[in-house]
Amino acid sequence: MAKDYKRDDGRKFDELREMKAKVGVVDNADGSAMFSFGDTVAIAAVYGPKKMHPQHQQNPEKGTLRCNYNMVSFSVEDRIRPGPSRRSTEISKVTEWALEPVLMIKDYPNMVIDVHISIIQASASTRCAGINAAALALAHAGIPMKNLVSSLSVGKIDKQLVVDVNKFEDSVFDEGEGATDIPFTFTGDGKITHLQLDGKISKDQFMEAMNLAKEGAKKVYEVQKKALKESLN
Amino acid sequence: MKTTKITGERIKQYLEEGKRFDGRKLDEFRDITIETGVSNQAEGSVRVKLGKTEVIVGIKMNVGTPYPDSPNKGNMMVTAELLPLSSKRFEYGPPRFPAIELGRLTDRFIRESNFIDFEKLCIKEGEKVWTVFIDVYSINHDGNLLDAAGIGAVAALMIAKMPEYDEKEEKVLFGKFTKTNIPLKKGLIIPTTIYMVGKNIIVDPTLEEEDVSGGRVTIGATESGVINSMQKGGLDTLSPEEMENILDLSEKVRKQVSSALGKVK
Repeated sequence: MAKDYKRDDGRKFDELREMKAKVGVVDNADGSAMFSFGDTVAIAAVYGPKKMHPQHQQNPEKGTLRCNYNMVSFSVEDRIRPGPSRRSTEISKVTEWALEPVLMIKDYPNMVIDVHISIIQASASTRCAGINAAALALAHAGIPMKNLVSSLSVGKIDKQLVVDVNKFEDSVFDEGEGATDIPFTFTGDGKITHLQLDGKISKDQFMEAMNLAKEGAKKVYEVQKKALKESLN
Repeated sequence: MKTTKITGERIKQYLEEGKRFDGRKLDEFRDITIETGVSNQAEGSVRVKLGKTEVIVGIKMNVGTPYPDSPNKGNMMVTAELLPLSSKRFEYGPPRFPAIELGRLTDRFIRESNFIDFEKLCIKEGEKVWTVFIDVYSINHDGNLLDAAGIGAVAALMIAKMPEYDEKEEKVLFGKFTKTNIPLKKGLIIPTTIYMVGKNIIVDPTLEEEDVSGGRVTIGATESGVINSMQKGGLDTLSPEEMENILDLSEKVRKQVSSALGKVK
């Protein structure tokens, strides 16, 4: 039963793990940031805008956002082979889709903005942490943006909706209806730029999950804003 | 060549009036045809057409070792190739993002629904299990390869026959098919992708319509409406209300796909 489920880390259902955000973590980069949800730690660095090479990839109508999501080999229990995989290729693209809607990318024809994301410690919701770090890094790089984006996952653990799934809920839990993982990304004004879902859920409960995510994203947004302000001191 | 701006504007203008170039309604699929038996070497194979869009999907099986975290379950692998023969937009070379995404979305659509009864694909726990390979190839690209691939995967699984396995020799006797189908759970699963074009949402776009689309949501669900997989693609943003409309449209059009799948034998 839903009421019986207790989160293994003692959190309330709508409680996110402790978030940390810091801007300016890679000196060489034009913008950079770290974002963490509990034990999940992502760093992101922005290089650009710069001329796109090779030239035939230049787009005269708008700039190109190029994201690269990468998990370091020792970020997980079983070492993962370094280098791109099908999974990381997909997450990279989804990250571009999540971020580009808030960028004033039309101001940079023929240019490219590179965003490199590395997950250095993984404990579920890595793509969300990566997107949050990347949004901060883009802002830190001074790239004109309409807003920030804030990302988090909502889970359905058996029948219970929870916010910010952790590793146990994401990959160990397997009772009742199992675990459903729904990563969302919202703009600061509540529009969805990214959404994925794996598992088993009814439409009604999905609508509930979406509302939870929207509320949770506001908390992420506050942490991001605070980090940006601190970087100015 | 990509659809021109002027055609794109006209498509959007038509949709505002509830019309499409080919006379379909916004929530109407093209004719869905599913033929079986593309290759007699495959455990199961189908050809799916959505109007002029065409894909072939084949199933091959083999015996391998299970993953350590699921010692009593069979495995599945889905790959998709966008063949250069199917469109001048596709080139030879290692798979790029669209092919990778097509494979991964089809994979999650099947896997997350538990359509295949993986536990029944275990031969000896911890040692030997069946792996199901589902391979998708585009034959003619005229939009909505995502749904074509999903429909093809389900249809191919429905008709595939297990090859014979010689326990003594530990060898799969390919070409000697048993009468046993791949163990599937009851009920159909249905892929539907909803495309956003301007302010309208449509299903089963032609290539021209897909070019003009600013975003899409791919939804895998059961006949009874349980959602198992979902992914938003593209740059258009969505309000929660718009997202609800997308789910409603998906629910509404699922019948069109399931009635085509229901005829597969």
